[in-house]
Amino acid sequence: MYLYIIKRVLLVIPTLIGAAALVFLLMRLIPGDVCVIRLGSSGGTFDPKAVALCHQELGMNRPIWVQFFDFMWGIVRFDFGTSMWSGKPVTTEIWARLPVSLEIALLGSVLATVIAIPLGTLSALRQNSWLDVFVRVFAIGGIATPSFWLGIISLLIVLDLTSFFLGAAWMPPIDYVPFFEDPIRNLSMVLLPAITIGYRYSAITMRMTRSTMLEVMREDYIRTARAKGLIHKLIINRHALKNAMLPVVTLIGIEFAFLIGGLVVTEQVFNLNGVGRLFVQAVQNQDYTLTQALVMMTVVVFVFCNLVVDLLYAWLDPRIRYS
Amino acid sequence: MPALLEIQNLHTEFRTGAGTIHAVDGITYSVNAGETVAIVGESGSGKSVGALSILRLIPDPPGRITQGTVLFGGRDLMTLTEEQMRQVRGSEIGMVFQEPMTSLNPVLTIGRQITETLEQHRGVDRATAQKRAVELVGLVGIADPIRRLKQYPHQLSGGMRQRIMIAIALACDPKLIIADEPTTALDVTIQAQILELMKDLTHRLGIALIIITHNLGVVARYANRVNVMYAGRIVESGPARAIYHTPRHPYTIALLRSVPRLDRPRQARLDPVEGQPPDLTRLDAGCSFRPRCRFAIAACAASRPRLEATSNPGQSAACFRADELASLTGTNEAALAGAPA
Ligand SMILES: Nc1ncnc2c1ncn2[C@@H]1O[C@H](COP(=O)(O)OP(=O)(O)O)[C@@H](O)[C@H]1O
Ligand code: SF4
Ligand SMILES: [Mg+2]
Repeated sequence: MYLYIIKRVLLVIPTLIGAAALVFLLMRLIPGDVCVIRLGSSGGTFDPKAVALCHQELGMNRPIWVQFFDFMWGIVRFDFGTSMWSGKPVTTEIWARLPVSLEIALLGSVLATVIAIPLGTLSALRQNSWLDVFVRVFAIGGIATPSFWLGIISLLIVLDLTSFFLGAAWMPPIDYVPFFEDPIRNLSMVLLPAITIGYRYSAITMRMTRSTMLEVMREDYIRTARAKGLIHKLIINRHALKNAMLPVVTLIGIEFAFLIGGLVVTEQVFNLNGVGRLFVQAVQNQDYTLTQALVMMTVVVFVFCNLVVDLLYAWLDPRIRYS
Repeated sequence: MPALLEIQNLHTEFRTGAGTIHAVDGITYSVNAGETVAIVGESGSGKSVGALSILRLIPDPPGRITQGTVLFGGRDLMTLTEEQMRQVRGSEIGMVFQEPMTSLNPVLTIGRQITETLEQHRGVDRATAQKRAVELVGLVGIADPIRRLKQYPHQLSGGMRQRIMIAIALACDPKLIIADEPTTALDVTIQAQILELMKDLTHRLGIALIIITHNLGVVARYANRVNVMYAGRIVESGPARAIYHTPRHPYTIALLRSVPRLDRPRQARLDPVEGQPPDLTRLDAGCSFRPRCRFAIAACAASRPRLEATSNPGQSAACFRADELASLTGTNEAALAGAPA
């Protein structure tokens, strides 16, 4: 078991190196660069000398492998340099935008899970009841609805409802206030985006819960539990859910990483200044350093979620724990 | 003295796309306190469904018990509420299943799976349940019980797991244990050990046992009485010795010829029963064994023979020619030669 954990953790290192090399190369394959965009943004022609000067300032005139090792060495020291666009440290740029994104992602996944697991379970236990039909429709809807559309629609609904009932249209605030400073203002800002990204998440979790639960309920050990005369609650909670949750845990962990993709879209729709939006700007500006840092952050989140899932799985499933 | 268990005219059916399967089609038998009764028959003859029906564990849908009474200690189990039935399961009637590899929960310790039964039915605290679990695991012949209780099912062999299933069935001092092919999935050498263990424990503790098997060889050694099932019905019943020496139903005779021997690999069957088991969704009015029967006559197609007493005391058969068969086949020495000592 300990060997397994160590192996699993060590495997993270080559993954990170590979990802770093990939993003470094891909960014430089896109035509143009940050200097061209910065100097050309006025619309007129620009001086090649100015571009060369800009390249020199940003260290882009150095051989590419020097730049690469510079980048890698930076990663090792947790130094991601300064943004090529704003000139501010990359960490400052990201740090300022992290709280809102993190809160939306966490709130979205907590809401999704808290709704999905009980509903998925009930839907499996009462197969073909009206509840089951509702859950299945809800889940199909979640998978079929694009999050940007859901975001726009939910905004419109809020606008319409508030203008109808309150007389004046109300929009969620767009400047971030930490939860502990003003909980109501904070929640009124993040709740809609959280629901928007959480819907899909909860839909797939619900489907997974339902299908594994249906499968588990047909297992021989459930029949044994019934033959032992255990009360229904115990059969479900102790015998069925423990087994059914194994694949669901995996799904929840993996899908959390995918929320970052959802953030990019959702933050655009709700006009929020989060990491997702920063990502879009960084790519548009061809801001190598910032984009690289953001991609590395995403990779780390992915790898970390995978690692947590694997360890959690091993902890939950004695067949892995003791092998 | 009334029997411990009296099953009367029990019917269980499954509604499937292909039609209604009469898996158990009117069976009647009884089990006395402390006695061992074997249910024998080919795969698909309704043995498991019959056993699960007693505990009302038939998955519904697609299954339903449509008729019959199951008197257990004087109470009709079919009329109990679900809650009353739950209190019978695992407490007064224990059950051992065929598949030791999948019948225990993979994510719970062995100990938990034993103690939870005790906690449920006896309302004892964890420590008391734990003490009793250690005792039970020792009783079923597992060494080092305290260590074993902390393990998970995948860490135990098939035979060991079946011993645990027996320990669970024994936990609350049941009056009856139903064992559904408890050794079919096990190695030949282990099979005998498990059967011996069950025989020994049920005799010692005075527990009645219904043992389901498709191996008539097992029967003579372990059972007092035998019910032979075919296509959802009991086609022959009687004392184990009598069934063994003077079978009165052509199906029983065929089964006796197919007895696998405990001292040979399982593949080395003697003579499997010829022909296919019938399609339970389309039985006609005649004897359901007719297509495979060497002794069939015209009358066999006209109506279905009922289980009736034969000239042998205590032995019944559902065959129009039951009493003739004695003279047609003589005793069953040939089949006996294939049975375990
Ligand atoms: N859950 C089920 N759904 C449909 N048919 C079933 C189900 N369980 C059992 N049957 C049918 O009932 C019949 C008897 O099965 P069973 O009692 O398991 O036979 P066996 O004698 O081998 O134990 C079989 O024809 C089987 O197909
Ligand atoms: S009733 Fe007829 S067909 Fe059925 S077993 Fe007896 S002889 Fe064979
Ligand atoms: Mg069976």
